Amino acid sequence: MMLSVRDLAVSRGGVPVLEGVSFALAPGRALVLRGPNGSGKTTLLRTVAGLQPPFSGEIAGAGERIAYAGHSDGLKAMLTVTENLRFWAQVFGTRDISAALRDFDLAQLDSRLAGTLSAGQKRRLGLARLMVTGRPVWVLDEPTVSLDAASVGLFAAAVRAHLAAGGSALMATHIDLGIPEAEVFDVTPFKAVPRAAKQDEAFL
Amino acid sequence: MIALLTRDLRLAVRAGGGFGLGLAFFLIVTVLVPFGVGPETGLLSKIAPGVLWIGALLACLLSLDRIFALDWEDGSLDLLATAPLPMEGIVSVKALAHWITTGLPLVLAAPLLGVLLSLPADGYLWVLVSLAVGTPALSVIGTFGAALTVGLKRGGLLLSLLVLPLYVPTLIFGAEVARRGAEGLAVQTPLLMLGGISAGAIALLPFASAAVLRINLR
Repeated sequence: MMLSVRDLAVSRGGVPVLEGVSFALAPGRALVLRGPNGSGKTTLLRTVAGLQPPFSGEIAGAGERIAYAGHSDGLKAMLTVTENLRFWAQVFGTRDISAALRDFDLAQLDSRLAGTLSAGQKRRLGLARLMVTGRPVWVLDEPTVSLDAASVGLFAAAVRAHLAAGGSALMATHIDLGIPEAEVFDVTPFKAVPRAAKQDEAFL
Repeated sequence: MIALLTRDLRLAVRAGGGFGLGLAFFLIVTVLVPFGVGPETGLLSKIAPGVLWIGALLACLLSLDRIFALDWEDGSLDLLATAPLPMEGIVSVKALAHWITTGLPLVLAAPLLGVLLSLPADGYLWVLVSLAVGTPALSVIGTFGAALTVGLKRGGLLLSLLVLPLYVPTLIFGAEVARRGAEGLAVQTPLLMLGGISAGAIALLPFASAAVLRINLR
């Protein structure tokens, strides 16, 4: 099943930031969103992930198929690496966390409290969470922030394995990940014409 | 759902989890009241049910902003919202976890602290019963308030102002059950009202909390 977005407009605080966005993401493919800061990449990803409703337009094939990873990792500092991952595995109804620990090189850290990890290690744990969700479409917002070159390599390998298994990935990133399956989608041409906020946005 | 409940309970009892916060506050209030009011046993035993209820209510209020604020800060609330759990289920589990970590210890501690306030012998049972019936409503109403104010920096004051008026009916009927029980009068009417408030809040408010949480996450 494809993730397809048709004529989508997304808004931040009731003001549209992008409009007329259309793309399709087939299984096995990855789409990299590019655009300057503030161009609406995060808003677009949050809309696709279902965290906010579209301003207008349609999203098909999203909903329960999306695994979202935002700017923050959603880790609990007072739980260990294993406990954090196992919690998300239980929430998403999967069991096996060992593959995620292995692929993101977290096996040696498994009984450390997440609060004691370095920024890059926390990020790796946050990304490892994607693997335990068992969901086909990964929606990633700046996944490589605070990762070193080796960890970016681990991440790219995980994404490629996910694509090879029939998954797909939609991500906003500024660096070249070295994923040949990825197409680049520049959001700059879709910048919305500034206009006033819609009234009573919170009650619609 | 059970995973979320066990995670919240585990986080509450680990360092910095705030498990003892409400209980410690309750203890402080009930220990200080006899010093402030004076050692007159007759007066103390008269006000004891009310003091216990006010102490429990304020202790409950103290820990409300933790229900969603921590999950909001570290991003887990966004991730939970995209998880296969219904939002209504998430807020219900959060309210339940709050009750287990805050309300239940208060219920169990109240009879012990009643000794400090010279609570009449008939009162122990009814203080326990009224708190057991009433504190779930405090947790559920508080969860609604916490959902309304999630994402606000220093939202604690606004949360208290929003929630306190909603707590008043529970306090009135809860304290009335305890007072009548302590004086040996019939408790049926206020107890039924209290139960009705709790049952209504538990049945309806998770839907409201889920709706405001969805709006606040945008």
